[in-house]
Amino acid sequence: MSKFITSSIGKKVVMSLSGLFLMTFLMVHLTVNCFLFAGAEAFNTAAHFMVTNPIIKVVEPILALGFVVHIAWSIWITIQNMMARPVRYNKTNQGKNSSFASRNMFVLGGLVLTFLALHIANFYVKIKFTHEIGAVSYAGVEMHDTYTLVTSLFTIWWYDVIYVIGAILLGYHLSHGFWSAFQTIGFSNQIWRKRLTVIGYIFALVIAGGFAIIPTYFYFVQ
Amino acid sequence: MNLKLKVWRQKNAKAKGGFEIYNISNISPDTSFLEMLDILNEQLINEGKEPVAFDHDCREGICGMCSLFINGRAHGPDDDVTTCQLHMRKFKDGETVTIEPWRSAAFPVIKDLVVEREAFEKIQQAGGYVSVNTGGVPDGNAIAIPKEDADEAMDAAACIGCGACVATCKNSSAMLFVAAKVSQFAKLPQGKPEAARRAKAMVAKMDELGFGGCTNTGACEAECPKGISISHIARLNREYLVAKLKD
Repeated sequence: MSKFITSSIGKKVVMSLSGLFLMTFLMVHLTVNCFLFAGAEAFNTAAHFMVTNPIIKVVEPILALGFVVHIAWSIWITIQNMMARPVRYNKTNQGKNSSFASRNMFVLGGLVLTFLALHIANFYVKIKFTHEIGAVSYAGVEMHDTYTLVTSLFTIWWYDVIYVIGAILLGYHLSHGFWSAFQTIGFSNQIWRKRLTVIGYIFALVIAGGFAIIPTYFYFVQ
Repeated sequence: MNLKLKVWRQKNAKAKGGFEIYNISNISPDTSFLEMLDILNEQLINEGKEPVAFDHDCREGICGMCSLFINGRAHGPDDDVTTCQLHMRKFKDGETVTIEPWRSAAFPVIKDLVVEREAFEKIQQAGGYVSVNTGGVPDGNAIAIPKEDADEAMDAAACIGCGACVATCKNSSAMLFVAAKVSQFAKLPQGKPEAARRAKAMVAKMDELGFGGCTNTGACEAECPKGISISHIARLNREYLVAKLKD
């Protein structure tokens, strides 16, 4: 396995595996978020379960590492790829041969990261560090009132706009990332490529749509 | 047809280079792109100027010698053809045609539109072959190969090594070229014994020569004059991963 990590394919495999790992996180995240539609008790209980679950405690630092690796490797790869063409073309017509998302993964990823920073400041920091969150108690179990924290944020219209844009950017990123991750680890051929592309688009649509509907719903319902 | 040509001119590998504008008139739509450049060069020679240097050889789309980045696309606006098979009917009368050399750190410009593509030979020499050190020519039908496998190997073997994949890739990646050269043997029994060594050596050489990495945009496949599929890149990734895991 020597030199694997520094080889061009090895670096891409790191991007692929960390990307797939982050995608599974997105699925879990959206699933928990769906409890918002079931009301305060359901969502707070689900959030409480996630916070107190020992498995989550183990996975949380791994998740953070997944983000760090995915971001660090993307910077490394992008710099090397830019160095591979020191003199640019005067005229290019890339719209004819590739998709917008596939050419702009680094930019889309950067924008998603910017959104992620705001998102962490909105929720994670308030829950974990500044404790700007109320408490509720169901059947004698005291827990954070995450439901109120989320839904009160979504009454502010410009937060909703930012969250919807964040979801759309993420969707674009995934529309290429999903299929690309499988291609990189070699899990693709003429037939599976078509299947994975379609599954990738559906996945991107479900994730982006799911995360976009939540702020929209709570803005109009409340 | 009358055209305005914006051509990259560069005296030698070390010179700075820049665009020159040439006007060319009375070009038949049935002229091939390279014939059009021949006419331009004749015009330049008559005017006592240096003709434009460009690569070409067979002019029937099989040698892989011609190149050119025309109006932002490798081998020009037509699909599945090399520049020599491109005809002027694909352009509009009065159009400005921008002609640039392949741009890649691994393909330095030697003169005008000519680039050094020796990097591809170096990758091939690293492992893009089957070693047959002894014995006579084997009987044609001695080794039975399923039709699908033979077809897929043949599709990969269609690569003429022109470098359009590198030229068009936003990362200047040579992955489609290397994938084709690995894939043409990967499905055949003759290629199996050296498969692991081949994948590792060719990828290592590709990285060493300064090509970028693959980000699966699929631009190479769209611009490849031989229509080589990026499914071969998935196979290369697989071959490389398996080889590295066995290390």
